[in-house]
Amino acid sequence: MRLLEGEKVTKNFGGLTAVHNVDFDINQGEIVGLIGPNGAGKTTLFNLISGALPATGGEIRYKDERITSLKPNKICKKGIARTFQLIKLFANMKVFENVFLASLFGVSTETNKSNAKKESEELLEFVGLSAVKTTAAKDLTLANQKRLEVARALATRPELLLLDELMAGLNPTEVAQAMELVTRIRDKGITVFMIEHVMKAIMSVCNRIMVLDHGVKIAEGTPGEITTNKKVIEVYLGED
Amino acid sequence: MDRVKVISNRFFLPGLLLFILILLTTMPLFVQPYVVILLTTIIMYIILTLSWSIFSGPTRYISLASAAFFGVGVYVSAMLGQVLPLPVVIAVGGLVSLMLALFIGLLTLRLRGMYFIIFTFGVSELIRHFLLWWETNFTGTVGRWVVAVDHTTVYYVMLIIFMMALLAAYLVRRSKFGLALQSIGEYEEAAVHIGINVTILKTLTFALSAFFMGAAGAIMATRWTYIDPQIAFNPLFSFMPVLMAIFGGIGQLYGPVLGATIFALLEEVLTTEFPYYYMLLFGIILIAVILFLPGGLVGLIQRWRRGGLEG
Repeated sequence: MRLLEGEKVTKNFGGLTAVHNVDFDINQGEIVGLIGPNGAGKTTLFNLISGALPATGGEIRYKDERITSLKPNKICKKGIARTFQLIKLFANMKVFENVFLASLFGVSTETNKSNAKKESEELLEFVGLSAVKTTAAKDLTLANQKRLEVARALATRPELLLLDELMAGLNPTEVAQAMELVTRIRDKGITVFMIEHVMKAIMSVCNRIMVLDHGVKIAEGTPGEITTNKKVIEVYLGED
Repeated sequence: MDRVKVISNRFFLPGLLLFILILLTTMPLFVQPYVVILLTTIIMYIILTLSWSIFSGPTRYISLASAAFFGVGVYVSAMLGQVLPLPVVIAVGGLVSLMLALFIGLLTLRLRGMYFIIFTFGVSELIRHFLLWWETNFTGTVGRWVVAVDHTTVYYVMLIIFMMALLAAYLVRRSKFGLALQSIGEYEEAAVHIGINVTILKTLTFALSAFFMGAAGAIMATRWTYIDPQIAFNPLFSFMPVLMAIFGGIGQLYGPVLGATIFALLEEVLTTEFPYYYMLLFGIILIAVILFLPGGLVGLIQRWRRGGLEG
């Protein structure tokens, strides 16, 4: 079933076109990768989906409903959650409070504090942060901050999770753990759309990959197809 | 040992609050009118600081519109004091300020940081100058008389508004919205992405804080008996709550209360004892606090308690 689809999605910043006429679709249960060189418009596309930025043109539909002009808080309640490339945690608040807030406010149905508390505890367990739940978010290691971003996003009970460079800056062990986390999220029945620069990660966990360059979608296919695609090799992987 | 400590802590705070409350309620019976008037002014500052910190404390949106909300209350009192009973006048004063805050909120809460500070300051000044212009050109007289109310009544009304503001601040803090306001101060973009409707939350909290400022203005006007735009919308009413809150420390509920009390007392002592050096001394003390007590008085108390526990 098609969960998210974009049609001729465009975003201009003044004279600069960051995303140009991009068509895409994400099916339920998939892990879809989004790659491309720096400045290709990947994060901008995420910002358009999550409502952080208004689109200049085109339309984004979630479960066949137009979400293009909605505010991020509305889109979150519809079932799309995200993490941020540059970590945006509530730094001075406790790890638990970061997740608890998302659990209280992010879900579409009314929830109560004890329910939210229980869910937050479970999610902290799921990402492996139970031991540090009373620590201030700013005092976590980078890898743990990224886990907390994921837990906070999951606390809004999403059906689609947007991961923006979850693995950037992590060491090889942490990357392996993050990959394992992504597959466990998919196993929970949550569809994943992820931007990633770590090629090994994206090739092994994704069902499908989209490639952006200068705001234009230049390729799409299975990891195998992408690695042999001439255009992709030219603009992205390079021939050095 | 721990058990004893927990029990004594649990009874200590409500006990202390009750004691202060009884003391404040019975105060007018056994002190001079001067003290009652002084206390009224102090409580007025506490209300301004406390309600300012309901919104600006957790969100870190520094508002300089307090004078606008306070002054609107003052003017409502001056205009309606003769036709309506006192409790209604005060409620209307609060409500008009609340409406004004809703309007300003919807206009400005998209602004952040410095822009928000300057805009809110501009709004207070705009209202002050507009009223001055209006009175000069249309009513023909600048300033108004306000129906006087006796000192004790003013004191008790102020006390009631203070207790309402304290209760509101407490309830907001411990509700889920208190936590959400804090997350706005931490990272607003993330807050909106986890489903918090930040626009509505900010606007309503801003309006709630304005209500108490307006009510305080409405009762204060009856003590002043004469008011004009310069008195009602004095920019000091915008700056004082900020300074007092910083002085006291914003992290805890008692911070703004403590800060406003000591600040107002200090001001009173300095103006009466050292009228010529008042501003100078005041400035020095303020600078010292900001330099050496970044967490305000609350920070000092917390440090002392931690030190005490270790030793």
